[in-house]
Amino acid sequence: MKVKVESLRCKQCELCVVNCPKDAITFTEEFNEFGYRTTVIDDDKCIGCGICYTMCPDGVYEIIGE
Amino acid sequence: MAKARKIPEIAKKPSSFCPGCGHGIAIRLITECLEEMGQDTNVMFGIGVGCSSLLGGVLETDRLHCLHGRAGAVCTGMKRVSPNQMVVSYQGDGDAYSIGIGETTSAAYRNENISVFVVNNTNYGMTGGQMSNTTLPGQKTTTSVLGRDCAITGSPIKFPELVSDQFNVAYAARGAVTTPAEINKTKKYIKEALTAQLNGEGYSVVEILSACPTNWGMTPLQSVEHIHTKVVEHFPLGEYKTREAK
Repeated sequence: MKVKVESLRCKQCELCVVNCPKDAITFTEEFNEFGYRTTVIDDDKCIGCGICYTMCPDGVYEIIGE
Repeated sequence: MAKARKIPEIAKKPSSFCPGCGHGIAIRLITECLEEMGQDTNVMFGIGVGCSSLLGGVLETDRLHCLHGRAGAVCTGMKRVSPNQMVVSYQGDGDAYSIGIGETTSAAYRNENISVFVVNNTNYGMTGGQMSNTTLPGQKTTTSVLGRDCAITGSPIKFPELVSDQFNVAYAARGAVTTPAEINKTKKYIKEALTAQLNGEGYSVVEILSACPTNWGMTPLQSVEHIHTKVVEHFPLGEYKTREAK
């Protein structure tokens, strides 16, 4: 796992999904406590570049790093 | 390879901004810069009224909620009383440029040693999207239902241009929080502004163009597109006054 996803903070704005250079982020069928759809990261596609961290206004992502 | 990146400790609490709002990114950039400069425990925020007020619920550091528009004056006092502390004013466009234009320009005129960050979303976000001084010509808001008529209401105010042109300030720039490239540039501007204050060079201001999907009646992605096609036309991005080489 390269990126930790804190789904509770997600507000379903989609900025991470469209900006991910590897299309590794998709929405799940799950909803969080506030009624927003959560995201999931495909670890095989993810390169840990941190674009999702940069774009997310709500701090959902944490890049774990080496 | 992958560099570890994590939200700064002082801005870790979840925010209550709308989905797609740029405030969250702006706050993260400011706190990241403070953390990188080792000033995150030596900072005091002067927070404006409006959507920027929600910053108060996010931060875990010294902060003062100023009267509407008066953050420029309050931060002046804070900096003069404790000159070794970083003083950062965080305001919206309605707060800094419409209601508090007197205080904001006066602080710039005196070249006070503070950093001012203004999040510009071209309307009064929190009160329901009324027209502000930065509303674009023709933009429909709840108080300009036929679109803003500049013949009656004046043209959008361009603060970084104004202070860099007329006043002797240390640093003035305008960035956007729309794409990874723009966000990285904006972070550089914010760091320059904070460094100017740390070195005692004087007033630094960074205007940050931000999306307001709720009041623009758009999705977050449409708002980002709107900034690139419409807003940037009236508010060009870039540095207007760079720091003098030391």
